[in-house]
Amino acid sequence: MVGPLIPMGVIPESWNNVIALLLGMGFGFTLEASGFSSSRKIMGTFFGYDFVVLRVFFTAAVTAMIGIIYFDYMGWMDASLLYINPYYVMSAVIGGIIMGLGFALGGFCPGTSFCGVAIGKIDAMLFSGGLFIGVFLFSEMYPLFEKLYNSHNEGSAMIYDMLGMRQTVFAFLLIVAAVGMFYGADWVEKKVKKVEY
Amino acid sequence: MEKLKRDGSFYINPYLGGVLLGLVLFATYYVTGRGLGASGAVKSTVVTAVHAVAPAHAHHSGYYSKFLSEDESPMSNWLVFEVIGVLAGGFLSGTLYGRLKLKVEHSPKISGRKRLAVALLGGMLFGIGSQFARGCTSGAALSGMAVLSASGIITMMAIFGSAYLFSWIFRKLWI
Repeated sequence: MVGPLIPMGVIPESWNNVIALLLGMGFGFTLEASGFSSSRKIMGTFFGYDFVVLRVFFTAAVTAMIGIIYFDYMGWMDASLLYINPYYVMSAVIGGIIMGLGFALGGFCPGTSFCGVAIGKIDAMLFSGGLFIGVFLFSEMYPLFEKLYNSHNEGSAMIYDMLGMRQTVFAFLLIVAAVGMFYGADWVEKKVKKVEY
Repeated sequence: MEKLKRDGSFYINPYLGGVLLGLVLFATYYVTGRGLGASGAVKSTVVTAVHAVAPAHAHHSGYYSKFLSEDESPMSNWLVFEVIGVLAGGFLSGTLYGRLKLKVEHSPKISGRKRLAVALLGGMLFGIGSQFARGCTSGAALSGMAVLSASGIITMMAIFGSAYLFSWIFRKLWI
């Protein structure tokens, strides 16, 4: 079966929501089981006392990336059909910085806050509530941001093309960088005073 | 086999967690052609709510109208079902490892009330930022990294880079 299955018509669209529910459960379970329902565990990555976020995030990104490249290479999936989020340079950077500020204050990101909500963290409930308010505020103030939101559209630009590298070379360097960061994280954790949480 | 600890202290190995999460993400791409997400479900909900309360306003707005189509309600969005799954999956894991408890988690150096106030503020900012970046840590950064898109890598670096800086500025909230 050549993927992606739904865009290829292998699985009918009507299964979409059931599949969404099942994949979401896998997503939520792994996030919670890894400790992402705790803001103080998540924040360990930024203070050096617990790098769980760094380890899980980069392992996941690299795993999925290898799977996609491998399946595409073997002809089991047409990776050119995969959805690529358009790259609007200014909007991506500014949005990322605002999210970074939200992260440092709130201690969650949206997906992890939902895991916190699922196990009864009241702080996660407030964070999740804040998300709705934030999206509402953005939408209502959209005319103010419209120009910025739509500026510098690079479309579905790929990072390796921008750097003038082959996809596989960049992928290899990313894996090396991830492993390097894992060693670095071990080293920093040993130096930093433990935080009880 | 070691006896499963149910006092809430047990977490799976982070590299195992990463591989499992990576496989879920890969499966999502393989089946649906799209990545995982979280903030998109919030957006769909807000669009639906505004459309229900003030339909004319939603249709006139430059932003809501992007996500309103004639035949389908924005709530039937894929990500809404996915996030319901996230809640269920998180609840299952929390049940299995004994972490179900209604509480406010905060550093002993700040009050619970202060924690709740900054959590709300942080969520609002994350909501705003995720609209600028067309996705959050899941939809833009993680899913984007898996396909090596420029938007994914740049958004990831912007989120984590600035979070390091802002965490240090607001370190009294945490350590």
